[in-house]
Amino acid sequence: MDLTRRGFLKFTAAAGTAGLATASKNARASAHKRSVNPEWLGVLVDTTVCIGCRKCEWACRDFNKLPNEPIENFEDKSVFESMRRPDANTYTVVNQYENPDNPEKPYHVKVQCMHCNDAACVSACIVGAFTKDERTGAVVYDAWKCIGCRYCMAACPFQVPAYEYENALTPQVRKCTFCFENLNKYRKQPACVQICPVETMIFGKRSELIKIAHDRIRKYPDRYVDHVYGEHELGGTSWLYLSGKPMWEMDMKEFDEKPIPAYTETIQHSLFKNFIPPLALFMGLGSLMWIFKRQETLESSEGKGGEA
Amino acid sequence: MSPVRYRLAERLDRKFLTPGVKVLIAIFGIGMAFGLYRFFFGLGALTNLNDQYPLGLWIGVDVASGVALAGGGFTTAALIHIFYRGRYEVIGRPAHLTAMLGYTFVSIGLIFDLGRWYNIWHPAIPSMWNFNSALFEVGACVMLYLSVLYIEFIPVVAERFIGKAPKVIDGILRFLDKIIDKVMWFFLILGVVLSCLHQSSLGTLMVIAPHKIHPLWYTQILPLLFLLSAIAVGFPMVIFESIIASKGLGRKLEMDVLTPLARMISPLLGVYFLIKIIDLTIRESWGYVLEGSLQSNMFLIEFGLGVVLPLLMLASEKVRRTPKWLFTASALYIFFGVLLNRVNVFFIAYQPQYSLKQYIPSLGEFMVTIGLISALILLYRAFVTIFPILPAHGKKA
Repeated sequence: MDLTRRGFLKFTAAAGTAGLATASKNARASAHKRSVNPEWLGVLVDTTVCIGCRKCEWACRDFNKLPNEPIENFEDKSVFESMRRPDANTYTVVNQYENPDNPEKPYHVKVQCMHCNDAACVSACIVGAFTKDERTGAVVYDAWKCIGCRYCMAACPFQVPAYEYENALTPQVRKCTFCFENLNKYRKQPACVQICPVETMIFGKRSELIKIAHDRIRKYPDRYVDHVYGEHELGGTSWLYLSGKPMWEMDMKEFDEKPIPAYTETIQHSLFKNFIPPLALFMGLGSLMWIFKRQETLESSEGKGGEA
Repeated sequence: MSPVRYRLAERLDRKFLTPGVKVLIAIFGIGMAFGLYRFFFGLGALTNLNDQYPLGLWIGVDVASGVALAGGGFTTAALIHIFYRGRYEVIGRPAHLTAMLGYTFVSIGLIFDLGRWYNIWHPAIPSMWNFNSALFEVGACVMLYLSVLYIEFIPVVAERFIGKAPKVIDGILRFLDKIIDKVMWFFLILGVVLSCLHQSSLGTLMVIAPHKIHPLWYTQILPLLFLLSAIAVGFPMVIFESIIASKGLGRKLEMDVLTPLARMISPLLGVYFLIKIIDLTIRESWGYVLEGSLQSNMFLIEFGLGVVLPLLMLASEKVRRTPKWLFTASALYIFFGVLLNRVNVFFIAYQPQYSLKQYIPSLGEFMVTIGLISALILLYRAFVTIFPILPAHGKKA
């Protein structure tokens, strides 16, 4: 091995210049903040309105070409006996919860991808297969890029993405698409919203939906808890919920406002800030190597016999 | 690899197909039969992974533990080539080989786990780079480091085949050997830097699941803990392997090197121990230790048996000098302190809110993992037979 001082200095100088160049180029980084576009679309779900007819489940399957059954079969209420979750062939499910004020009229919570403003899956994906669509705010998945590591599933705080474990060749991560085809081309509401017979859901700009939600709470303070779930949770989500009792009493988790990517990206970006820490480590180790080698050479030239 | 021109290492002069090797080949064959099944019938057919538990045994053991335990490569390289401790040169090649094969098997193990394994090269395409992803950083560093490890192996190949290979190959080897000699310092440092980066980022991975990871393990300093434990496990791994290789291959024990090496473990392990204690104290998480759950029991095993016990044992010079005890202490930290820690972080501590179905690794998952480990040992055995890796005894040339 031949570590010459000249070689090392040359490399260090070149690397340092490169580091400074990138440093000046992107001086931002660090503090985690992702902008929220007021034009992004969303859906406001009123869990006090929903009657649990599950037509949205049928429409979702129909639009997304998932295995489906005749629409009458969805009138079966026995499914409400246990909590259901979306899976690889089911992008949305409705669960039923007790209404303490009126046992005759239980609450229903429709579950699907929340389309987070600052989504964990988008941040986590090794190949960027998940993206937050700039125009619509939908979180979309590109199966072509996906390597199938399922890290997105571990990352998602809502535990929404599901996997086609039974597909041997081309398994996909599956979740609500926000009916992206419709949304993107026509800015049209998703299939579930369209079919709902009781207008449980309102489709529109997320920023406006938040206003509508707070208006409703103001108008009917007895009907709702004063909280729009998804407004601030984990940095906000495109799907928002109004409810008669806290959402965390209906199997949705109570979250603070810190977006999931803020946990990892701050670590990640400070470790790699303008590539300086790795370069510093390289140079530090290089200097040590040089010092220790020099010491060794001096010692062996004093006649101590070199290597042990 | 070394500036010294006397013979550092020698080839293992032994028949390859011993009964032990045959058993390993059989285990490997069975493991691969299970593994193939997965490629034809899907992950669901072989594994118990489900939508709530997407990461399992293969990620916890084959990948995360594999990376940590292959860390003997970079710690030894740093010791020998950066801190210039020449006396340890004899363990350099075995440690390097373990890292090289270890990382190779991490990649192979990953192929079994990836749903779209044929896209494994995607992280190398610039248009798909996601700099926000800790996983991308791990992937990129592991890919680079694996290349560095193979480059660092060139001198061994050169030493073995120069003068013994056909003219063309001989020429190429001589040429490569000459270049490598000039730039080896660069790759040696690069290897250590890349290792520090991905060993820590491997810990960042689960930081993304703050609401799912049990508080005994969930901390913002997981990357630091992963790095420190990987640094500390390097020498125990070298010791563990060296003693197994010596016993198994009927060679002299290298206690004259292993004992001084063992003296360096305590401070490294001590730092990890301290940071872990401080972290648990600051996060006020000690209360969880005795909650009696699977998680708290696993933590007790991991920390008590895997960290505290070996730390106490290695404080004694008698332990460090006695092969049996040194081996035990090293093995305790390797298996309970590090391997179990990675398993804990990646799926024991992983407690999703909705868990319709618990995850317990299937027989098939275990068989594939055991098969891969057998293949790793087989390849190690083949490499030390083909190449001069193991320490030469009194054969200076």
